[in-house]
Amino acid sequence: MALSTSLRSNLIKPLTALTALSSTHHLRSPFSSSADDTTVLTIETSVPFIGHRCEPPSRNVETTPKEVLGFFRDMALMRRMEIASDSLYKSKLIRGFCHLYDGQEAVAVGMEAAITRRDCIITAYRDHCIYLGRGGTLFECFSELMGRQSGCSKGKGGSMHFYKKENGFYGGHGIVGAQIPLGCGLAFAQKYSKDETVTFAMYGDGAANQGQLFEALNMAALWDLPAILVCENNHYGMGTAEWRAAKSPAYYKRGDYVPGLKVDGMDVLAVKQACRFAKEHALKNGPIILEMDTYRYHGHSMSDPGSTYRTRDEISGVRQERDAIERVRKLILSHELSTEAELKSIEKEIRGQVDDAIARAKESPMPDPSELFTNVYVKGFGIEVAGADRKEVRGVLP
Amino acid sequence: MLGIVSRKVLGQSLGRIRPAVWALRNYSSAEKQMTVRDALNSALDEEMSADPKVFLMGEEVGEYQGAYKISKGLLEKYGPERVLDTPITEAGFTGIGVGAAYYGLKPVVEFMTFNFSMQAIDHIINSAAKSNYMSAGQISVPIVFRGPNGAAAGVGAQHSQCYAAWYGSCPGLKVLSPYSSEDARGLLKAAIRDPDPVIFLENELLYGESFPISAEVLDSSFCLPIGKAKIEREGRDVTITAFSKMVGFALKAADILAKDGISAEIINLRSIRPLDTPTINASVRKTNRLVTVEEGFPQHGVGAEICMAVVEESFGYLDAPVERIAGADVPMPYAANLERMAVPQIEDIVRAAKRACYRSTAMAATA
Repeated sequence: MALSTSLRSNLIKPLTALTALSSTHHLRSPFSSSADDTTVLTIETSVPFIGHRCEPPSRNVETTPKEVLGFFRDMALMRRMEIASDSLYKSKLIRGFCHLYDGQEAVAVGMEAAITRRDCIITAYRDHCIYLGRGGTLFECFSELMGRQSGCSKGKGGSMHFYKKENGFYGGHGIVGAQIPLGCGLAFAQKYSKDETVTFAMYGDGAANQGQLFEALNMAALWDLPAILVCENNHYGMGTAEWRAAKSPAYYKRGDYVPGLKVDGMDVLAVKQACRFAKEHALKNGPIILEMDTYRYHGHSMSDPGSTYRTRDEISGVRQERDAIERVRKLILSHELSTEAELKSIEKEIRGQVDDAIARAKESPMPDPSELFTNVYVKGFGIEVAGADRKEVRGVLP
Repeated sequence: MLGIVSRKVLGQSLGRIRPAVWALRNYSSAEKQMTVRDALNSALDEEMSADPKVFLMGEEVGEYQGAYKISKGLLEKYGPERVLDTPITEAGFTGIGVGAAYYGLKPVVEFMTFNFSMQAIDHIINSAAKSNYMSAGQISVPIVFRGPNGAAAGVGAQHSQCYAAWYGSCPGLKVLSPYSSEDARGLLKAAIRDPDPVIFLENELLYGESFPISAEVLDSSFCLPIGKAKIEREGRDVTITAFSKMVGFALKAADILAKDGISAEIINLRSIRPLDTPTINASVRKTNRLVTVEEGFPQHGVGAEICMAVVEESFGYLDAPVERIAGADVPMPYAANLERMAVPQIEDIVRAAKRACYRSTAMAATA
């Protein structure tokens, strides 16, 4: 299949590099690869990038064994977290809306590999894994999902409203499309402050038709803002397939005068390459659109079975042919960066971490009733506020 | 003209369809039950059948059968020209709907929740509500905007707001909010037939609730008047006004109050704009005490308007200050315990009613 032939064609380079730099028994002692940060591997992406009004970057991506193993671990952790959240929702420990990201992990992980925590990311409601990628912990995730005070938003936000401002993660937004102008605003502020950083504003194919996207993009282009619009095209806007919602589903071209790049969103190295390219571009030339061709295994949310508008064959087909984690697993094994057994042990360790975080989150307390009235304002002037019965429950906004 | 003719033959043309009948849950002769969901579905079905100018547009209303299954079966029955799945672009499709109404069609625009109507509010207010006035009657807008309003369960700050007060303050709009299945059927039919823009505020948590329903309500010509409230329960000691889900809470509160010898009169507003101030005032003149109940934010709320309307007309009849029960003055929190505090509960209504009747010992303590 495509991966192995391209590997074989490129295998000569990395193999000689490996034997030149390390001990003769390197290839047979996989445990040393896990810390190997110096060996440079050059891996070809699954498919070439397609550019719109720009010269696409090279298909050959540089990486290290440590980075690749890190990709595996990070994506496997995200996958396991989302699957565990499914069970928690079904046992009613998570309430309201719950939009799961499993299938799309390569976008979150590849992006992080290309940027710093001073760059900003903003996304919509499918935000659990982005939060994790930005340095959030499993415990904070599960606590927030279960509405506990140890949650990243102290239990007041819920699934759709995770934030980590100190690490450049600005949420977590419930209204489709709203995060795009907000992201352009972050980019505006970055340029205004001369920070030399960029913002990745993420959205789905459903949001790609929103008018506010085009309004904000126009201004970002006029003012050369370092804004990178990332369309996570999982091909369905809730229950509506892209061809039923968009006259032109070539989202990377929808910026018209704004350059764009089409990327295989299931290939973490391609995502990394594209984001690195986009950051360089945005700092010099203003906005660019990245379309990540990806897929979600779950329905739109936990209230959507995800099988009334697409076939089970399609879902299992993508899982078999394009799964991001399996791709990296094959890469690791074929390059002998680790063994099957070690990878399985990593997965087992991850399962333990997730179970442990859930157990701790389940035990942690609900927010104190006084939290009902906190954080309405930064500066509340001591004004009085009321609960449902203003003569029974009162508060003061500090 | 065509509309009136088709209404006269309604009974015959719908004889073979009878959607309301096969939506019934049980066939005992004693009492028929119908869920609010089926009530809305049957009303849409009947009105679309009666008037070819009526069409439905919104996200997932067609192939998905409706995000909350309110439009189930309609695409199959009426086809893609009359049941349109829109992209997720509220400002755009609301504008398109209003434009179609300018031309004389009768759109029913669904918002998946009214929170998303904020993306389209310019068209609702500036393009729909004000047009008939600005054009001195030339451009009327026979459109219905419908969808779930208010809090659901655990959906957080951006998905829980009640828009009754905002839309209720705007001249040119009519604003309805059903509670029971009878309300749902009668008010939606009235809204679709009405020549003005109507905001139709449903409630997600009520969709699955069943209510008894009479043969009269099941008839396809059934319609409720806009601007008339319903006295759900008669009483002598205190008037409690509510709409939508809170009507159910108020009725339960009335049961609890009755055990303490307080007879509460429960008014189901049904219509936020026009507000049925004659019915409210007549009730307050009888009971002399008033508690207003709503889910939305308190400031500038429906209760504030009702209080002023009563002060203006019936001040001399009030024996106690008007009590107001509303949502907490904070964005809706997610955590279950905080959410419970942010939305009115039955005990809040009971407590306020007792205070209005001077039966609360807590009041003596604070005095």
